[in-house]
Amino acid sequence: MKIIVCIKQVPNTNEVKLDPIKGTLIRDGVPSIMNPDDKAGLEAALTLKERYGGEVNVVSMGPPQADAVLREAMAMGADKAYLVTDRAFGGADTLATSTTLAAAVKKMEYDLIITGRQAIDGDTAQVGPQLAEHLNIPNVSYAEKIDLDGKTLVVQRQYEDRYHTVRVQMPCLLTALGEMNKPRYMTPGGIFDAYRKREVTIVTRADLDVEDEKIGLKGSPTRVVQSFPKSLKAAGVKEAALEPEEAANFIMEKLKEKFIF
Amino acid sequence: MNIQDYKGVFVFVQQVDSHISGVSYELLGKARELADTLNTEVGAILLGSNVEKLADNLAEYGADTVIVVDSEELKEYRTEPYAHSITSIVEKYKPEIILYGATAIGRDLAPRVSARLKAGLTADCTKLDIDEQTKGLRMTRPAFGGNIMATIISPEHRPQMATVRPGVMQRIAKRAGAKAKIEKPQIELTPNNKYVEVTQVVKKVVNKIDIMDAKILVSGGRGVGSKENFAILKGLADVLGAEVSCSRACVDAGWIEKDQQVGQTGKTVRPHVYFAVGISGAIQHLAGMEESDIIIAINKDPSAPIFDVADYGIVGDMNKIVPILTEKIKAEKAAKLGV
Repeated sequence: MKIIVCIKQVPNTNEVKLDPIKGTLIRDGVPSIMNPDDKAGLEAALTLKERYGGEVNVVSMGPPQADAVLREAMAMGADKAYLVTDRAFGGADTLATSTTLAAAVKKMEYDLIITGRQAIDGDTAQVGPQLAEHLNIPNVSYAEKIDLDGKTLVVQRQYEDRYHTVRVQMPCLLTALGEMNKPRYMTPGGIFDAYRKREVTIVTRADLDVEDEKIGLKGSPTRVVQSFPKSLKAAGVKEAALEPEEAANFIMEKLKEKFIF
Repeated sequence: MNIQDYKGVFVFVQQVDSHISGVSYELLGKARELADTLNTEVGAILLGSNVEKLADNLAEYGADTVIVVDSEELKEYRTEPYAHSITSIVEKYKPEIILYGATAIGRDLAPRVSARLKAGLTADCTKLDIDEQTKGLRMTRPAFGGNIMATIISPEHRPQMATVRPGVMQRIAKRAGAKAKIEKPQIELTPNNKYVEVTQVVKKVVNKIDIMDAKILVSGGRGVGSKENFAILKGLADVLGAEVSCSRACVDAGWIEKDQQVGQTGKTVRPHVYFAVGISGAIQHLAGMEESDIIIAINKDPSAPIFDVADYGIVGDMNKIVPILTEKIKAEKAAKLGV
């Protein structure tokens, strides 16, 4: 089985801080990581390869620094890595991003494409299903378990209050839930090879068969017109020196004041 | 594309087992407001098998027209027949706006539709309004894990589409007896390579109330320390008639189910009282609960950011404070009953 995993390099949003004066994001010094849902997708792909054979190739669209997550993926066990990068792709919203990725993926062989459910910087969950649409293949989102039955995949698809067992024909695209597995660590030999012996293939605008009107800022129907720090409500009373008994009394009092019981 | 040809605010009505999801009523409420501002109509898109009977409910909560596609192929949610139905409806009725719930269904369906129509889509919006000059839709959403808010427009494409987080918009007061115009467009649903087969539907056994509907939530974070310690929170929840919820850390640790998670990647809640116990208050968590009426925080760490949003903050050990509080409430309740 030939599997392509789409991975994104993201800032670790847990460590993003706001500049209290300017109200802007402080991104300096915030480490970049492989998006967690994508990493789970990669782990799922590597597990499928171990069970059924084949290859696992990884694709990332982003600036040249995204090379790092592709090397990490190879150090975990991915076979080939492709970095889709060009200034012409800049300013893309999810539709233009998925169109660009589709143009890149069309040049590769695949039975299965796995993306993460969503990236922690944008949280949109849109690029996976959009990519499947451009490729005219079925997609199953929120996959939490994947098995193979001949040319058909059997996927456990999560919803809020239930799951569906879904049979889907390959080629197809799945979006992986971060909770579905615990991704393996890179191996020391894998890290050595990923950095010293292996190549990341660069894919640029010139390599893709896609119209200018469909990529980058031009190909993006949506546009950010304003961004602003989130305003939080003001803090209330803080009691820092109460004994447990007093603390319980304090809460009781407040609950009564508000007629909670 | 002549954007003047597109009129009306449409809502994708999510129904599961012929039960309309709460978020759909919330979206109808918002659509009503947007449509009134634009001086246009609210259309509800109702897809499923044997669902026409639900149309009156939609009228009572704001729909002027209900567009029904009734087919066995639409019985269980599947991406392709749903996406095909919606794109066919867009081609026929040309709405200027379509709203979807940001649910496990909406977040799969809306992107597939947007790519087919080459229309813009904004995910997980928390605010929607109409630009006074352009009459375009302004879609505001959190980004970077809730650290900033971004307002997004789709000026040159129609329909303008957004998914909206459940629990954020308000439904309108029920218009008892209201009737909607019913439309039943003919849409061919012919299986192709993109039709998947649903072989099994397994419902999670839930004998608890959805945390989004709870009036009081006792919510635990990493500071609770273990799965077993959640029993302490459950004790407090039980005496208050409350539900237990949690932060992401507890789900990741396997202490508690994902459907009880509050926050950016969990649910948005606005209960009357929110107890944040051992929750540090990462911005991702605050994004899901800061609209609560009263926030009571208990945390050992005096510098925890949860104290910045708490109405009442207690610096202290939950293991000591919560059991005492539970006992006191229990005793007082018993006294009231004269036991």
